[in-house]
Amino acid sequence: MTKVNFMTLSEAKIGSVVRINSIEESVLTPRLMTMGLIPGTRVEVLRSAPLGDPIAIRLRAYNLAIRKDDAARIEVSPVD
Amino acid sequence: MASLSVALTGNPNTGKSTIFNELTGARQKIGNWPGVTVDKKVGIVEYKGRKISVVDLPGTYSINARSQEEQVVSDYLSESKPDIVVNVVDASNMAHNLFLTVQLLEQNIPLIINLNMMDEAERHGVKIDEQALEKAFGMPVTNTIGRSNASVRTLLDVFTNTRMSNYKPSKILQEHIEKIHAIRTSDRTPEKMEEDIITARYDFIDKVMAEAVTINAADKSFVDKLDNYLSDGVSALVIMLAMFYLMFQIAFNWIGQPLADMLGEFFEENVASWATEAMISAGVADWMQSLVSDGIIAGVGAVLSFVPLIFTLFFCLSFLDGTGYMARVAFVMDPIMRRAGLSGKGIMPLIMGFGCGVPAIMGARTLDTHKDRMISILVTPFLTCNAKVPIIALFAVMFFPDNAANIVFAMYFVGLAVAILMAKVLGSTTFKGQESTFLLELPPYRIPDIKTVLLETWEKGKGYLVKAGTIIFAMSVAIWFLSSFNSDGMTDEMNESYLASIGSATSVIFAPQGYDTWEAGAAIVTGVLAKEAVVSTLGILYGADDISTEVDDAEETSATLLATSMGAAFTPLSALAFIVFTQLYSPCVTALGTIKKETHSWKWMAFAFFYTCAVAWIASLLVYQGGKILGFE
Ligand SMILES: Nc1nc2c(ncn2[C@@H]2O[C@H](COP(=O)(O)OP(=O)(O)OP(=O)(O)O)[C@@H](O)[C@H]2O)c(=O)[nH]1
Ligand SMILES: [Mg+2]
Repeated sequence: MTKVNFMTLSEAKIGSVVRINSIEESVLTPRLMTMGLIPGTRVEVLRSAPLGDPIAIRLRAYNLAIRKDDAARIEVSPVD
Repeated sequence: MASLSVALTGNPNTGKSTIFNELTGARQKIGNWPGVTVDKKVGIVEYKGRKISVVDLPGTYSINARSQEEQVVSDYLSESKPDIVVNVVDASNMAHNLFLTVQLLEQNIPLIINLNMMDEAERHGVKIDEQALEKAFGMPVTNTIGRSNASVRTLLDVFTNTRMSNYKPSKILQEHIEKIHAIRTSDRTPEKMEEDIITARYDFIDKVMAEAVTINAADKSFVDKLDNYLSDGVSALVIMLAMFYLMFQIAFNWIGQPLADMLGEFFEENVASWATEAMISAGVADWMQSLVSDGIIAGVGAVLSFVPLIFTLFFCLSFLDGTGYMARVAFVMDPIMRRAGLSGKGIMPLIMGFGCGVPAIMGARTLDTHKDRMISILVTPFLTCNAKVPIIALFAVMFFPDNAANIVFAMYFVGLAVAILMAKVLGSTTFKGQESTFLLELPPYRIPDIKTVLLETWEKGKGYLVKAGTIIFAMSVAIWFLSSFNSDGMTDEMNESYLASIGSATSVIFAPQGYDTWEAGAAIVTGVLAKEAVVSTLGILYGADDISTEVDDAEETSATLLATSMGAAFTPLSALAFIVFTQLYSPCVTALGTIKKETHSWKWMAFAFFYTCAVAWIASLLVYQGGKILGFE
């Protein structure tokens, strides 16, 4: 897999499945990681809320709501 | 050793409180969203001659003491050293739940790993090899279905038969712990260290899962697809409004209010006249008769007649709470809440505020930042708690008989809108610049457990009844005295009573709002002690003189009975202004006390009192003067 198409979790299309590459360092990082958002994790983007934000994602067999601002700190690549 | 101490830990929403209630017969609040329990709670159960004390702890994802709940858990575990720590795990959500398990085990806390929600795990095609799991951790593994008493009680045998000291971490667990230790003692930056530890934990969990758990991904059920409508697209917004509107229709038009009317009628026509007759034939002194019928029966009765309404409302809220829909409301509302400087999570304590402000203020603990917590605490009092419901219901039925449910709905909306507006104001002034975030686990939809719903409805309704029998009773007596006496002794002229003096002193400030009668002033003063007292005070002040003679026909409801003299004191517009004021002004003393406790500050408590009164006064003014400009009366 070529690593050209980097994107952030906030840019991933609804319904797509992505894998986490890295998480930008911030005060929130430990909390995101505790919730299972660690590099290598498969994440499915379920939907965005009616007003566009936040988004709902599925990972480790549970659903999590996360704001786009925070999702933008998570770099992902598509899984096919 | 006669007594045994057991602590229940686990992620939020895994069923700890459900298990706790089944074990101890307690009535901890249960709800299908993360973060219901915010403080520890002890219960006792006797089993086979042993006293077992069980502690329900707040749900946490980790124990790094980053939040207040995590603090409560880690303090409890390190200070109280319970004999047995049970880790309640959602069996259908293990890949995430085991994170806390591993962290606890790293701290050398032996655990009973209890797989709860076995029914759901099965439905989702999750198969767990419990022996493999025991082997992987070296710790005993049990399973339960939290909603089944028989299933939960099997834990009691486990508690009494298990010696935790017999269990040692497995070899792979020990290796994992050594690895963590190596990371901690290495020379990485603190951030990197933390990240590597978290990654190592999940690596370990994946290894364990591979050995002990198989998942035959079941088809997405109907319930999983619900979110396509309930939290996606325009339908989500429409359904949300419709859902709450439906709730008010049920409570105020279809079931609650009609029952309340019947009860009110019963009080007026049967209880009051029966009591009067009984007292006359017993030759009770006049003043005593007046105390009982004009004071106690009028005051307590006014509050009691709303009991069916309160019960219906609690039933609906409790039902909704059990479905998991609240978390979706938080999800949908987050952008709005954020614009107000809060997060979507803040909607949950706020929704609790529709029941009672006190747990709602405490519920603010689950929020992520200091800013979110403070704002949530300070805006909760604007919401329509159950004690304010009788006020709106009374006025709505009396002055807007054709639109009663709409008025009620509108008042809830006003409360919420003012709360959001003030959150915005506070967020951009007092608490400016502090971050807020939103990270919320969305629980699966569940069919509410009917037992829980009924018990909770009863429990909360009982609270309302007890309040009517104690505080409201005492206040009715006090109000009767104040309204029947002045410095010259007893008087028949209420207008010259002590209460009239207090009321008129207060009422002058409400001249611009159109309800500057001393009765309204008095009701507002007593309402600070308990919001129900607004209605009981009005019941005493307006109910007493007219009811006895004027109305003979049984057709008239209690509301219209009251309306005879109250109807003259308010116009529909000033009535509306009055409800708006009582909706928004000062939290009751209990809520004020809770604010003091939660903010650890008298200053914030005083602030809460004064600023809510100011906001209420202004809002009420806008309604009245605005309405007048628009030509209403
Ligand atoms: N299907 C199913 N539902 C359960 C079971 N145990 C609990 N529940 C439901 O799960 C939800 C959460 O239960 P709680 O007891 O409030 O969970 P908790 O762990 O105390 O949650 P927090 O206080 O937020 O940490 C409620 O809707 C319960 O009715 C179970 O074994 N099976
Ligand atoms: Mg709980």
